[in-house]
Amino acid sequence: MTITLIGREPPIIKTVLLTVMFLFLGVFIFIPLVTIFSQAFQSGLAVYRKAIASPEVLSSIKLTLTIAVVCVPLNTVFGVLLAWAITKFSFPGKSVLTTLIELPFAVSPVIAGLMFVLLFGAQGWFGETLQSWNVKIVFALPGIALATLFVTFPFVARTLIPLMQEIGKDDEEAALTLGATGWQTFFRVTLHNIKWGLLYGVILTNARAIGEYGAVAVVSGLVRGETTTLPLTIGILFDEYAFSAAFAAASLLTLLALLTLALKTMMERMLEREKIDR
Amino acid sequence: MLDVTGIAAPGAWAKTGNTSLPGFGLTLGLSLTYLSLLLVIPLAALALYTARLSLPEYWAILADERVSSAFCVSFLSAGYAAVINGFFGFIIAWALTRYAFFGRKLIDALIDLPFAIPTAVAGISLAVMFSPNGILGKILMPLGIEIAFSKAGIVIALIFIGLPFVVRTVQPVIRELDREVEEAAMSLGANFAQRFFKVIFPSILPALLTGVALSFARGVGEYATIIFISSNMPYETEIVPLLIVKKLLQFDYVGASALGSAMLILAFLLLLVINLLQSWMKRDGNAA
Repeated sequence: MTITLIGREPPIIKTVLLTVMFLFLGVFIFIPLVTIFSQAFQSGLAVYRKAIASPEVLSSIKLTLTIAVVCVPLNTVFGVLLAWAITKFSFPGKSVLTTLIELPFAVSPVIAGLMFVLLFGAQGWFGETLQSWNVKIVFALPGIALATLFVTFPFVARTLIPLMQEIGKDDEEAALTLGATGWQTFFRVTLHNIKWGLLYGVILTNARAIGEYGAVAVVSGLVRGETTTLPLTIGILFDEYAFSAAFAAASLLTLLALLTLALKTMMERMLEREKIDR
Repeated sequence: MLDVTGIAAPGAWAKTGNTSLPGFGLTLGLSLTYLSLLLVIPLAALALYTARLSLPEYWAILADERVSSAFCVSFLSAGYAAVINGFFGFIIAWALTRYAFFGRKLIDALIDLPFAIPTAVAGISLAVMFSPNGILGKILMPLGIEIAFSKAGIVIALIFIGLPFVVRTVQPVIRELDREVEEAAMSLGANFAQRFFKVIFPSILPALLTGVALSFARGVGEYATIIFISSNMPYETEIVPLLIVKKLLQFDYVGASALGSAMLILAFLLLLVINLLQSWMKRDGNAA
């Protein structure tokens, strides 16, 4: 790749393009990152600590983590099941199913939230039934979890399907021929083959589950301290001009985003290495 | 009703795939049940709510001046942002793949920041940067360029959100560019401009258009990055997703469904266009 070609583009072009790139990324990547941290620490470390330890922020951190703990494992398990069904077998309607997986990425997150309000809201399909049972879904934790499940569903399946197609099913067939049971084959052969891809999907699912705003905003009802996830709390604080507090909370999510990027890059390297080995 | 398709799926189907692997009924049955609960039933709810309207009523809602201006704002802003991303995303993808420079790997990883960072966090950060007292607002305000609370602010937010789509679609194609074709053109005496416009650019074009379309599709539905930087004024800077939220707050479920279903139909059409572009990309790749 680094073979120097005789007379590629004129050197002036390289200088111009690199300058344009640095200016553009400066405005859209570096300055936003710096702004978050400088705003967070603007009023000093004590204010920062107080903002993060406030009951409102702490309870929304708890809610956000609960949502992630519920949604990430569910979408991981079902993502693997779906990828197995799609890549190991052929059946009618497979392409429709593959398109359906893309749906959550194609629609606005607000519409995802809207659909659950239509189902479970006060005037929704099951609204009255739920009320008579005294069950609350919308404006409560289950609604937030459902909306999050919806928007984060594609990540695991979408990462695994191309990977499992590429790996093929020779390894599994060999294991079965040698007398392994279906479960043994899955846990010892398949899971081993797809581990980096699976982790990659899990990391992306987790990042989106923790950061989702639009879908969650619609079903949350914004009951402060009860149904406000961390991103929603950041929005509320910002709208109240509590900038230091909003950015203090935002800095936590930014650190998580940077960690996500680091892990994601690592997984990509692992996947690349295994691809070369194959 | 819905999960029957999965559980009743006969093993005979699986045999058509000529495979001896187990778990067909289990995996397909469970995933279809899950997808029905999570995706299909909610979609059906949206469709049925919209179906309560007659076609003229549906049109009346969409033709309402506030609604149609929201559609204009959403689609135009997404369009501008996608085109701008097409231009700069191409330059960035080119620089990242063809040049060696200090910090290249770090920058390459940071391109995905808009995917990883929560949209609300990005939204408030951009809003502060471009506010009259912000680091960029302070420079732009005296020049008479107002970004925060204007339509330009919406475009800025959507450029941020859409950038990785273009870079990540174009990058692999630039990497695989056939050096031999380029060298052949060069040895035939083509100068750089000729090589670029006659050889390089045409082979990148399908990927570039795919990336622009992806960026556009994402921008049309975006909510959180925009609402903090925009003034959210009806007829001026109000986007469709925000109007849906407002209708829901007034318990206008039917109105919200009408807008939601219109957005959904447009999203499906976009998905179709993107699929067509992608198959063009693949065909081009195979022909090369």
